[in-house]
Amino acid sequence: MSETGDPLEWYRRMQRLRRFEARAAALVESGEIVGAVHEYTGEEAVAVGVCAALREDDIITSTHRGHGHILAKGGEPRRMFAELLGRESGYNRGRGGSMHIADFSRGIYGANGIVGAGAPMACGAAHAFRTRAEDRVAVPFFGDGAMNQGVLLESFNLAVLLSLPVVFVCENNGIAITSSTEEMTPGGVAPRAAGFGLPSRSVDGMDVRAVHEAATTAVRRARAGGGPSFIECRTVRYSVHNIAAGALPRESRSEAFMEAARRRDPIERLAGELDRERGWRQGERTEIDENVEGELDAAVEFARAGRRPDAKTALDFMYAATYPDFPARGWEP
Amino acid sequence: MAEMTMIEAIRSALRLEMERDERVIVMGEDVGQLGGVFRATDGLRQFFGPSRVVDTPLAESVIAGSALGLALTGLVPVIEIQFLGFAQNAYHQICQQLARSRYRTRGAQPAQITVRAPFGGNVRTPEFHSDSMESQFAQNTGLKIVMPASAPDAKGLLLQSIRDPDPVLFLEPLRGYRMISGEVPDGDYTVPFGALRTVREGSDVTLVAWSGSVPVAAEAAELLDAKGVSAHVVDLRTLVPLDEAGLVAALERTGRCVVVHEAPATAGFGAEVVALLQEQAFYSLEAPLRRVAAPDSHYPLPGVERDFVPGAGLVVRAALETLEA
Repeated sequence: MSETGDPLEWYRRMQRLRRFEARAAALVESGEIVGAVHEYTGEEAVAVGVCAALREDDIITSTHRGHGHILAKGGEPRRMFAELLGRESGYNRGRGGSMHIADFSRGIYGANGIVGAGAPMACGAAHAFRTRAEDRVAVPFFGDGAMNQGVLLESFNLAVLLSLPVVFVCENNGIAITSSTEEMTPGGVAPRAAGFGLPSRSVDGMDVRAVHEAATTAVRRARAGGGPSFIECRTVRYSVHNIAAGALPRESRSEAFMEAARRRDPIERLAGELDRERGWRQGERTEIDENVEGELDAAVEFARAGRRPDAKTALDFMYAATYPDFPARGWEP
Repeated sequence: MAEMTMIEAIRSALRLEMERDERVIVMGEDVGQLGGVFRATDGLRQFFGPSRVVDTPLAESVIAGSALGLALTGLVPVIEIQFLGFAQNAYHQICQQLARSRYRTRGAQPAQITVRAPFGGNVRTPEFHSDSMESQFAQNTGLKIVMPASAPDAKGLLLQSIRDPDPVLFLEPLRGYRMISGEVPDGDYTVPFGALRTVREGSDVTLVAWSGSVPVAAEAAELLDAKGVSAHVVDLRTLVPLDEAGLVAALERTGRCVVVHEAPATAGFGAEVVALLQEQAFYSLEAPLRRVAAPDSHYPLPGVERDFVPGAGLVVRAALETLEA
């Protein structure tokens, strides 16, 4: 998805993320999505604000809560839904699922089921850009939980010492499944990154303008050869950690906390600003919302129409087929 | 042809491929300025510069993980893990990220990466510096496992590995770096995967080995020869892909088989070899299949390592027992 400073476009993108997740939740509820989904709802300003500062040839790595990043970087909703439903028409042809959606052609180097595991990939990509004298930038998204993963800290260090064009984006939603960031990350998120020599900022992750501004500055620095930086986006996930059919959702945060968070809602906040600034025509919001709904309804129908993978193909793509009689070993369906 | 040690063969392959293919990039701890602790990358930085021969921090996980990012953007990384035992710190990245990329994305994101690592005992260094962990990696489908035992194979298999479109774990026998040498073909030279090498022809018992255990099996064959027993010795060269037909044919020559490896016996790759032969060549067996492996223990301090790493004597004993059966 292209670089844009247009608040209307930010609104449209955030709404697309939110309504995508509402449909994903309904598909989990109806049993059509088998297994767990981690909803991005509440954090839309982070993915949209950051990705709107990126060019199409920049790359991102994402997380287990990755639908938002993928959509914001231009991932197609219909191929995403198809992947969630395990269909051949999905991004990974129904073998990756929610946590491994990738679209190489749009610089989406994949959601990732392991906390922090995308950051080293982003560093490698950034080093390749530098080696080839390309002015592209790599952005690993990760949560506050990743701040305690060794590989992320290794990535900070490598990025600084090789002066890589990386913008580390930490979505601090304040909580892991139930344990709080405050408790688990002594010293705080942004100061920890600063300790590696990373230019480090902390912004309101419920404010798409603030996120976009911080990302634009960091991306510009990286593109110009100024090295990596770090942005902490303070945000809130509205849902429980994950949802799955038959699972018992458990919310450890108080109702009062959740209510206060919703009053900071990133979409309503931007809509209010657009109202006050007369940033859109009468009825334009409804128009955008309806367009998004229509696009997503069609996407779900596309996904439902896809066929499921044939078990006979379970060993395909394990290796490049460069040797006769290889790789199928051990199982014949 | 030129006489080279294994380490010289590895170095010549790296240099040749970096000259031939400018996408190839070498990364690892001390690979640049020092040229690697065993000098496998000696001189490369002078030829190719610091952006293609990258000294990294002591952080195996980011070395392996960034290799995937490099590969996804079209470069061809060859990373060095200083000792295979240190690769456990990068196990997740190698086995769950690199090895799964192609499958997970149905071919859209293959990972053309070579992970080089020395391993193996009898070099007076304890535990993680000597551990043989090939079977731990072999369960991670998506990864290829290449284990040369000779100088020409070190060159030919390394060039094949770097050019292979899948991630390859290229394991180098530490003990053989300077002790094993041989005639190495000049210029471009590759050895295909999945084709075992017959080290020595024989008719009474088949000895199967790979990497640092091949010289042990060859020595055992000499000792058996003196006792009037003719041993057939094969070097697997690659565990994944495995030359199943070659293994079965090697067994069928003698009907008896001893598998030799340095890793502990339990769930070592020898278990895979004997299971496969039992499944595919049961009616050719003249005696129970035997494994000669390290004890189920941790790699010891240097003073006692010769009791830990299986030597030719144990192989001879096991071979003679199969002949008595």
